[in-house]
Amino acid sequence: MATVSLKNLVKKYGSLEVVHAINLDVADREFVALVGPSGCGKSTTLRMIAGLEPISGGHIHIGDRAVNDLPPRQRNISMVFQSYAIYPHMTVAENMGFSLKIAGRSQQEIASAVADAARTLGLEELLERRPSQLSGGQRQRVAMGRAIVRHPDVFLFDEPLSNLDAKLRMQMRTEIKKLHAKVQSTMIYVTHDQVEAMTLADRIVIMRDGHIEQVGPPEEVFRRPATRFVAGFIGSPTMNLRDATVDDGRLRFANGDTLPLPGQFRNRVTAGQKVIFGLRPDDLYPTGHGIHSGEAADVHAVEVPVSLTEPLGNETLVFAEFAGDDWISRMLNPQPLRSGDRVELSFDLSQSHLFDANTEKSLRG
Amino acid sequence: MRGWKPAPHVLLLLPAFVVLAAVVIVPLLLSLYSSFTPFRLTRPETIYEFIGLRNYIRLFADREFWAAFGRTVLLLTVALNVEMVLGLFLALLVEKATRGQRLLRTIMMFPMMFSPILVGFQFKFMFNDNIGLVNNALQSLGLTDQAIPWLIDGKLAFTSILIAEVWSSTSVFAIFILAGLMAMPKEPLEAAKVDGCTPWQSFRYVTWPFIMPFAYIAMTIRSLDIARAYDIVKIMTDGGPAKRTEILWTLISRTAYSDARMGLANAMAYVAILLSILFTVMFFRQLAKARQQIGAEW
Repeated sequence: MATVSLKNLVKKYGSLEVVHAINLDVADREFVALVGPSGCGKSTTLRMIAGLEPISGGHIHIGDRAVNDLPPRQRNISMVFQSYAIYPHMTVAENMGFSLKIAGRSQQEIASAVADAARTLGLEELLERRPSQLSGGQRQRVAMGRAIVRHPDVFLFDEPLSNLDAKLRMQMRTEIKKLHAKVQSTMIYVTHDQVEAMTLADRIVIMRDGHIEQVGPPEEVFRRPATRFVAGFIGSPTMNLRDATVDDGRLRFANGDTLPLPGQFRNRVTAGQKVIFGLRPDDLYPTGHGIHSGEAADVHAVEVPVSLTEPLGNETLVFAEFAGDDWISRMLNPQPLRSGDRVELSFDLSQSHLFDANTEKSLRG
Repeated sequence: MRGWKPAPHVLLLLPAFVVLAAVVIVPLLLSLYSSFTPFRLTRPETIYEFIGLRNYIRLFADREFWAAFGRTVLLLTVALNVEMVLGLFLALLVEKATRGQRLLRTIMMFPMMFSPILVGFQFKFMFNDNIGLVNNALQSLGLTDQAIPWLIDGKLAFTSILIAEVWSSTSVFAIFILAGLMAMPKEPLEAAKVDGCTPWQSFRYVTWPFIMPFAYIAMTIRSLDIARAYDIVKIMTDGGPAKRTEILWTLISRTAYSDARMGLANAMAYVAILLSILFTVMFFRQLAKARQQIGAEW
């Protein structure tokens, strides 16, 4: 049993509070990703779980043990660092076996554990090499190997893929997912890359300025973002978010343009309320070039001028001007478009989001 | 000079070659040559008398020379080890300081700012058996009621010199090791903590291998320093009492200038230089190995 539970966890540097009484329960064998922009407190939180950073308030439990004041070595955790942090003066095998050597295990035991881990990670050929002779991806694999030989209760990952190039990052992402399936341990994974979080995690924790904004499975944080921040952070390209005012059953934008008030919000807003309207590029497409998921009645079409396009091969991102601003729309089965062309955009309002302009919370309820 | 037209690059480099030859190469060759003669400063014509290896052969049988040689090696070994340990402690302490580290670093280097001659005088005064601070303090504290003959007893004199050496140069080690500590990436240390290391194990398995190359650089510099040690010993004991603290260079200078036997002294000097080269090669090998171990990119 290796649950991890944070209760009112606080971190202060002097008088500056960087993590504000957060609560989180991670289930046994769950893969949880902490995601957020830099400076949101996600790495600090992870380091507090690891015991590398003393906590300023609250409680941390691993399993049913309170670990608040235990040094890292007594927490039975493993950590993979962004900079790999492998020991430069040891071979790959020595790096991986180091924790077992410290724990006083026998040579044979260490050798077999290292061999097992090396097989899992495809490092068998490299065991006698030194870190300086390895590529970035191989080094990260060694760091993971070092983490798995110990069979810890909890794996902690601190932006492990950030130093790798895009292609390698995708490959390693898949490997981490496979690793989780294989070792069946609780994993907490910090990243600023929402794609990593979405693809890897059972649940995503979105953090901002030391607070947790939303916790939920990837599907949920994508479909039903609880706040404006989550809506803007999750999803690529980012959601179109525009200020609007509720006016006579319609949404009126700053320049006077309007859209019908989406049906799902009709009873949740009052006339004159200031709101933020959100629509993902997937739900805003040149008519005939998208997939609409709701009733035809929820789709609202407007003819607008194209300002620029970004062809991606299988699709094109079209930046088109509406309500005095460029909106991003996704065009499937792309047709050539030029800036200045006029195109009819379909707004799939059944998929739209509304947030209160003051609280920035979703009005979906 | 007609017909001799050197290429411009030769011409441009010529002054440098002339100066180098005048101040380095000629004296070097001359001293090497004189080590094969019975050259005495009082009888200049002896420089033209070639006696082959006789000076060197004589040295090999010279007890006094080998005693000085051995004492130099002993001083070097003990001083390097003591300085290494003290320097390491100092560096670790200063690195822990969160405030005023810059000031501490500067203070740490104070001993290096004094001329070795002055350090010699200072310790000569401190270890004086009659009026010295050390005896005075020991007696005032009631630790002894005798005047300990610091610079008069052979063994104590050697220890006193050692203390002066260590005092003046421990900071060389401290500075280099501190540089190593500060350049060290912090993540491997954190990884070691997570891997289950106690603070001592983190130091032993992670920090120590990393700062070893830096310690070897300090050792190379200091071994050269001590192999040519002269001033502190000259001032404190002048090789005495009864030649019990005679080291290579006090012996060499005595032979050359007091006894005026320049030929023999030069022969000694060349053997002494071999010692320095030996230590340098040894420490550089260790340094290269340690650097390769930590995969240093410098």
